[in-house]
Amino acid sequence: MRGSPALAVAAPVRGARAAAWRFVLQRASAAVLALCVVVHLATIVYAVRHGLRADAIVARVQGSVFWPAFYTLFVVAVAIHAPLGLRAIFDEWLGFRGLLADILLAAIAVGLLAGGLYAIASLVS
Amino acid sequence: MPSSPASSTFPVRIWRGGADGGFERYDVPRRASQTVLDVVTHVQRHIDPSLAYRYACRVGMCGSCAMTVNGKARWTCRTHVDAVANRSGLEIAPLSHLPIVRDLVVDMAPFFDKWAAARGQFVPTATRHDDFARVEPQSPARRAIDATIECIGCAVCYASCDVVGWKPDYLGPAALNRAFTLVNDVRDGAGIARVRAIARDGGCESCHTHQSCTKRCPKHLSPTGSIASLKRIVARSALKGEL
Ligand code: SF4
Ligand code: SF4
Ligand code: FES
Repeated sequence: MRGSPALAVAAPVRGARAAAWRFVLQRASAAVLALCVVVHLATIVYAVRHGLRADAIVARVQGSVFWPAFYTLFVVAVAIHAPLGLRAIFDEWLGFRGLLADILLAAIAVGLLAGGLYAIASLVS
Repeated sequence: MPSSPASSTFPVRIWRGGADGGFERYDVPRRASQTVLDVVTHVQRHIDPSLAYRYACRVGMCGSCAMTVNGKARWTCRTHVDAVANRSGLEIAPLSHLPIVRDLVVDMAPFFDKWAAARGQFVPTATRHDDFARVEPQSPARRAIDATIECIGCAVCYASCDVVGWKPDYLGPAALNRAFTLVNDVRDGAGIARVRAIARDGGCESCHTHQSCTKRCPKHLSPTGSIASLKRIVARSALKGEL
């Protein structure tokens, strides 16, 4: 009896670079997200404490370079991090892996990126 | 078996048959300092000689006697009944995540195939004409593997790892611990080929750091620690463009 033939010793190792980069990107995006979430929560607390209403917030964001740039970074990190996490969940808990899964995950990444950037664009313009 | 007098018997449920088998109950005499392996051996020698199980050394060196005891993977030759039996006695099953051959015997081939897939083989760089290699015992690379080289290949960690159960291609804690040992062996010549082998989908990146392997390893090794180090090595190689 043998184990999985895909794991035979002589078989060339495929996908190592892609797997390693997925790992690096997920860790890097997690680090960015940790920072972004803290700043985001702090601004929410600030806005609530100071009784800022939607129009006051929009006015501040529109005059700023920092906030659109900050939230663009946030959105990019989410668009990288969430699909990679979902990939592991699909793979390990649903047994859903392979090309079809990766296409769906790419679509989710594009969706998150487009939705997030659209929201930022709507705020600043 | 030790010849200490049996004071009473206690119930033991042992898995019989293949994957579609089931537990059967046996009443086994309770003895002082009795191990789980003693219990299985008693059943085979005195109750049902057709019971299949594996062991060799009986002293925690060979790694062949691992079974699932009351739900947890353990080396049975060094596990005392006192330490694991509960009020309903003992339940002894084959290791998880490996195909059952019969009764308590699993097919270890998938486990060791993954050692091979992780490039767990030593790749020599010297010939018989070279002098013995001199490995400085205090060097950081040698000290990093002080513990890892003690692995006895029992597969307790492998059977305890959830990710192995969820992701059939995951190389698992023992194979990755072995790869880490060789990555730190200055005599070994596999180099980037081994880093590629452990970086693949199902390689070290799949570990969720649950630490079940480390908790259960009877040799008190830390496959989790080895894997964490491998992740750093893989990340560094990716950033340097070596993969
Ligand atoms: S630390 Fe990693 S290898 Fe060990 S049990 Fe958890 S997921 Fe498995
Ligand atoms: S790492 Fe520990 S549990 Fe895993 S095979 Fe080696 S000795 Fe057994
Ligand atoms: S029989 Fe050898 S380790 Fe248990």
